[in-house]
Amino acid sequence: MAVKDLVPAEYAAGFVTDIESDTLPPGLDESVVRFISTRKKEPDWLTEWRLQSFRYWEQMPAPRWAHVHFPEIDFSAISFYSAPKSSADGPRSLAEVDPELLRTYEKLGIPLHEQEALAGVVKERPDVAVDVVFDSVSIATTFKEKLAEAGVIFCPISEAVHSHPELVQKYLGSVVPQRDNFYASLNSAVFSDGSFVYIPPGVRCPMELSTYFRINEQNTGQFERTLIIADKGSYVSYLEGCTAPMRDENQLHAAVVELVALEDAEIKYSTVQNWYPGDKDGKGGIYNFVTKRGACLGDRSKISWTQVETGSAITWKYPSVVLRGADSVGEFYSVALTNNRQQADTGTKMIHMGPNTRSTIISKGISAGHSQNSYRGLVRTSPGARGARNYTQCDSLLIGNSCGAHTFPYIENRNIDATIEHEATTSKVSDEQLFLCQQRGIDTEKAVSMIVNGFCKDVFRELPMEFAVEAGKLLEVSLEGAVG
Amino acid sequence: MSMLDIRDLEVDVAGQRILKGLNLTIEAGSVHAIMGPNGSGKSTLANVVAGKPGYEIVSGEILFDGDLLNDTEPEIRAQQGLFLAFQYPVEIPGVSNMEFLKAAMDHIRSARGESQQSAIEFMKSVRAIATELKLNPEFLKRGVNEGFSGGEKKRNEILQLLLMQPRLAVLDETDSGLDIDALQVVAEGVNRYRSETNAVLMITHYQRLLNHIVPDVVHVLADGAIVRSGDRELAHELEERGYAWLTQ
Repeated sequence: MAVKDLVPAEYAAGFVTDIESDTLPPGLDESVVRFISTRKKEPDWLTEWRLQSFRYWEQMPAPRWAHVHFPEIDFSAISFYSAPKSSADGPRSLAEVDPELLRTYEKLGIPLHEQEALAGVVKERPDVAVDVVFDSVSIATTFKEKLAEAGVIFCPISEAVHSHPELVQKYLGSVVPQRDNFYASLNSAVFSDGSFVYIPPGVRCPMELSTYFRINEQNTGQFERTLIIADKGSYVSYLEGCTAPMRDENQLHAAVVELVALEDAEIKYSTVQNWYPGDKDGKGGIYNFVTKRGACLGDRSKISWTQVETGSAITWKYPSVVLRGADSVGEFYSVALTNNRQQADTGTKMIHMGPNTRSTIISKGISAGHSQNSYRGLVRTSPGARGARNYTQCDSLLIGNSCGAHTFPYIENRNIDATIEHEATTSKVSDEQLFLCQQRGIDTEKAVSMIVNGFCKDVFRELPMEFAVEAGKLLEVSLEGAVG
Repeated sequence: MSMLDIRDLEVDVAGQRILKGLNLTIEAGSVHAIMGPNGSGKSTLANVVAGKPGYEIVSGEILFDGDLLNDTEPEIRAQQGLFLAFQYPVEIPGVSNMEFLKAAMDHIRSARGESQQSAIEFMKSVRAIATELKLNPEFLKRGVNEGFSGGEKKRNEILQLLLMQPRLAVLDETDSGLDIDALQVVAEGVNRYRSETNAVLMITHYQRLLNHIVPDVVHVLADGAIVRSGDRELAHELEERGYAWLTQ
């Protein structure tokens, strides 16, 4: 048994839920954009905003600079809207949610029974409020009342458009503009649902907020939009998780996440991404082309991205922070694992604009099988960012001889007193290390998972406690059979 | 029944025949030393007994407690009580010694049908052994062999030996790279491990180790086969005369 003997891992979340859906026929034109907007009874400004985004998108070429390879996407073959039929008018409470859907989430281990959780029956995930997005619509948000007591708004963005139009209109597109990039423009035109969070001044959100995204329908894209606003002196920790059924076709997921942190506010955003990665030969899987960006608008604000990426056929995402406020802090902690034929081009951008802004980037890439794993990161300081500091550490771990690890760091420094540090390492899980473990009675699978977990320790430390455990287990599953 | 019984063993490494009909029998309660010139196949013997990938058995048999080991996975051999102290223990960055040793012990104990130790029990036994081997217990928090000196790595191997209490310990040049004091500590550890129910197979270049760990049998390995076996005296003779007179 040597490292080279690689066989595919099993995807546990790959089942399909048999549920009736309202799905738009494939293809995209202005009428589709209008349909989505009308369906959601949106105000005129938003309809216009979507149409404008669509027009931008039509004129843009798809980006080709990433270190990933795939056939051109046929946007006329994708359906841009799908909703479970039973929720045509939207469930108002968990009691109205289709039991088939609840069972789906039970299978995924996501508790949607807030009564039980409140009564202390569900112990594994204490105090986590969950919003769930199934295909294109949000189907349930738990703990709404408890959050409302603290003044926290946590609801589907389609609902926030009606209940808090002033906040949505002010901040939507303020961090990721409509014409930011090809996939962000597409999302702005057709985004279906997603989560909206507002934390009022001085409030520490009383629980973790969490959204689970699930793609179920065939030939549909998922385009969710998340907007989180942390007002002055507030704090929120937010987690997203993602899964999809195993299908032979590739499915597109083009989300946009915008974070806004005002003075002294802190947002901690954690992602455990487990979209279906395709089979061992690279057939099927999710194309995860996502734009995530946070703006530290206020002085002393802080935004921290932590991501554990094990899924998707192709990952293309760069959770970034624009550091405008003086003394604001941006952090990016990432574990990206690719196996079989997966491709990942992921990293971050830290844009230093305010004085004494600081950023930290810790990236851990793990490649196994025939996968390709790239880190791409930009650190930029503008002339106003006096005394800016960045520390980047970028480590790659290779398992076997057929995979690749690549690092593309970009540094643009326009400031004489900025300090920018970059460290990078590449290492391999060696046959010698595995043999040492085996000789002490530890089988190779456990050994690989132990070595990989050790490699990722610096990032797992940043995850909320219960999710750190989940992330460790997920890595173990994703590597299952990685050494046969 | 012998504990270890190797019959007519022929082994290829990277397409080259290294062991050419090796025979060796080890009984419980005994200590065997294998000496021999460079390139005679000493480390190959240690590795093939432990089941390291890349060591291909062309013919012959390895029996451990009467069970044929030829195709047994290395971790199963370890769980059955076969231990190899490495000549060059590798580092595993990021995995703490504590975590590694606990995982190893959990696997070994469950193979023996024993219950898992609590973290506290486990820590206690590790600390006691570390103190005996003059290893600072702080090493438990560090990565496996990470940043260890040569001497510390070897003492760590002996710590694992004492912790796991295998039936057969194969020591592959455990004395190499050790100063006199460290050699003393390591030898004391091995001597404490010796008992009527277990056995030691130690591979060494130097007679001096045998002053500290006194063997019952000394073998000379040359060109892939054992060419002479004797008692302790044979080692002294080798020191005086070298190997040439045996290999001509």
